Amino acid sequence: MQTLINLKDIVKTYQIGTVEVQALRGVDILIHSNEYISIMGPSGSGKSTLMNIIGCLDTPTSGIYELEGELVHTMDDNKLAEVRNRKVGFVFQTFNLLPRATALHNVELPLIYSGISAAKRKVIAEDAIEKVGLTDRMHHRPSELSGGQRQRVAIARALVNNPSLILADEPTGNLDSTTGKEIMAIFDDLHNAGNTIILITHEKIVADHADRIVHILDGHIAEDIQVKNN
Amino acid sequence: MISFIISLRENILIALRALAQNKMRAILTTLGIVIGVLTVVSVASIISGLNTGFASQISALGSNTLYVHKYPWIIQDDFFKYRNRPDITMKDAEYLKEHSRLAEAISAASGTFRDIKYRNNSLTGIGVSGVTMETEIIEGFSIADGRYFTQIEIDHNKASVVIGNEIKEKLFNHKNPLGERIKVGDFSYTVIGVMEKRGSLLGHNLDSEVYVPLGTIFKNFGFHRSIRILIKVPSPEMIEQVIDEIHFLMRVSRKLKPQEEDNFSINQQEMLTNMYKQLTNGLYTAAFGIGALSLIVGGIGIMNIMLVSVAERRKEIGIRKALGAKQRVITFQFIIESIIICSVGGIIAILLSFLMSLVIDKVTPFPSNVPIWSVLMGLGFSSLVGLFFGIYPARRAAKLDPIECLRYE
Repeated sequence: MQTLINLKDIVKTYQIGTVEVQALRGVDILIHSNEYISIMGPSGSGKSTLMNIIGCLDTPTSGIYELEGELVHTMDDNKLAEVRNRKVGFVFQTFNLLPRATALHNVELPLIYSGISAAKRKVIAEDAIEKVGLTDRMHHRPSELSGGQRQRVAIARALVNNPSLILADEPTGNLDSTTGKEIMAIFDDLHNAGNTIILITHEKIVADHADRIVHILDGHIAEDIQVKNN
Repeated sequence: MISFIISLRENILIALRALAQNKMRAILTTLGIVIGVLTVVSVASIISGLNTGFASQISALGSNTLYVHKYPWIIQDDFFKYRNRPDITMKDAEYLKEHSRLAEAISAASGTFRDIKYRNNSLTGIGVSGVTMETEIIEGFSIADGRYFTQIEIDHNKASVVIGNEIKEKLFNHKNPLGERIKVGDFSYTVIGVMEKRGSLLGHNLDSEVYVPLGTIFKNFGFHRSIRILIKVPSPEMIEQVIDEIHFLMRVSRKLKPQEEDNFSINQQEMLTNMYKQLTNGLYTAAFGIGALSLIVGGIGIMNIMLVSVAERRKEIGIRKALGAKQRVITFQFIIESIIICSVGGIIAILLSFLMSLVIDKVTPFPSNVPIWSVLMGLGFSSLVGLFFGIYPARRAAKLDPIECLRYE
């Protein structure tokens, strides 16, 4: 198995006013390609901070983060943007679609930022939308779509640039349980198709889809269990 | 480069979409730009119209004609300095005529204002000019009906008169005036010719004048009057030389000693053109000043609204950054938006100034047209303002932290 993510002794400290808050106090994780992993923890545990660091939205205060051999912790803002664009597909709890753009345009966004021509990216984006079963809705705006459909658009957008990992932050948090199940089924399929998926959640039922569950508590890894063998 | 073109197209679309969302705000924001560009373009179009008007107004003076007068046309210092100058006399005119080698034609002229009358029709305060044979060549008018004076009529101070086109219409009402006798002041004259329509000179209607032999003026209306001397220059390149010659001859004619100042003035069309240019340059400077000021004020308004826009769209910025938009991409997006807002202002201003120019052209006596350079400059400057005042908000947007932005609702 190929190593995808290697986090070594990751520490993240925030300065809030005069108080220093340690969100992560030395985290080590090794994640391989095609893993299906859940990161669990109560609010305030540091799991969001960990997600931001894994997703290259933020850099650690100290420690080493290696993503496919690239040293992320040394990167500046622009380099991080480039890595996010090529390697990370985000799925957020609140979908985070551009409200004024159509589903298709939302899915095209990562392709725009990697400089792919209009004709080419339309084909790629349509293909991604087809994978989540929304071909007939792709010219609709987010406001004209249901919550489940919006999350499908977000998943298509996360997939469109063929990222090394898909990072899903509470992907079912704003959905009813039936729709939530449908969305989780899509993640299962994506994993079976060879994608690496990291779920950040506090719901046991969501986390159980994964093969490996990591528990975070007070900025430490409390537990790291392989629940299924794939 | 390809990705640059892609993002340019994308960014223009993004900007237009964002503006469509906030039409009213965009229009109000751009008001300063509109006023700035409108000021410059309208003043330019008014001046451009005046230029055409002015050129046609003074063309009757003739660019190749010099005028020797007691007073300069443009008095910049004390008028009283000139009042004690001796009148220009026939002696001066004759001296110039005799000695000038360069002038094509020299003519003396003098004028007065009198009432003229034909039977029961009368006109008051009509310009009566005393002319010579050369006047016809120098002023370059032509005769519509009848003929100009003969040398004999001039030499013998005959009571003949050549009338302006409008005088004919007003006094004779379609009747043939030739051979009729009219009264100029208290004296009776025979009409021998009617001039072609000539238009006006600096607001003075040339078609409402009558010409009589110069000597007749002296005989009928008194000898003690200042005359003017008109000198026709053979070609524009010779103007300076002819001025030098006339200047020298006039000093000799008046027996001025080397240390004495000139007590006459040599006037030419160019003096008026120069003064006019100075005047319009002043207007341009003022308009550009006001324009520049409005553009700066407008630009600050744009910067302000762009800062608001950046704050409001933090979420969008966060999403774009999360999906891989680099700082320069975000910077570019907001600068393009700022440039587009300003350009829209520029375009509105130019449309308005076309409208205004049309109204000025129709309602006022001044012709008006919008010069193309002012349109280009208006658009150019408004875009520049957009660029300049867009930089700060755009940089701010680009530097926002994506995590903070994504948290924003």
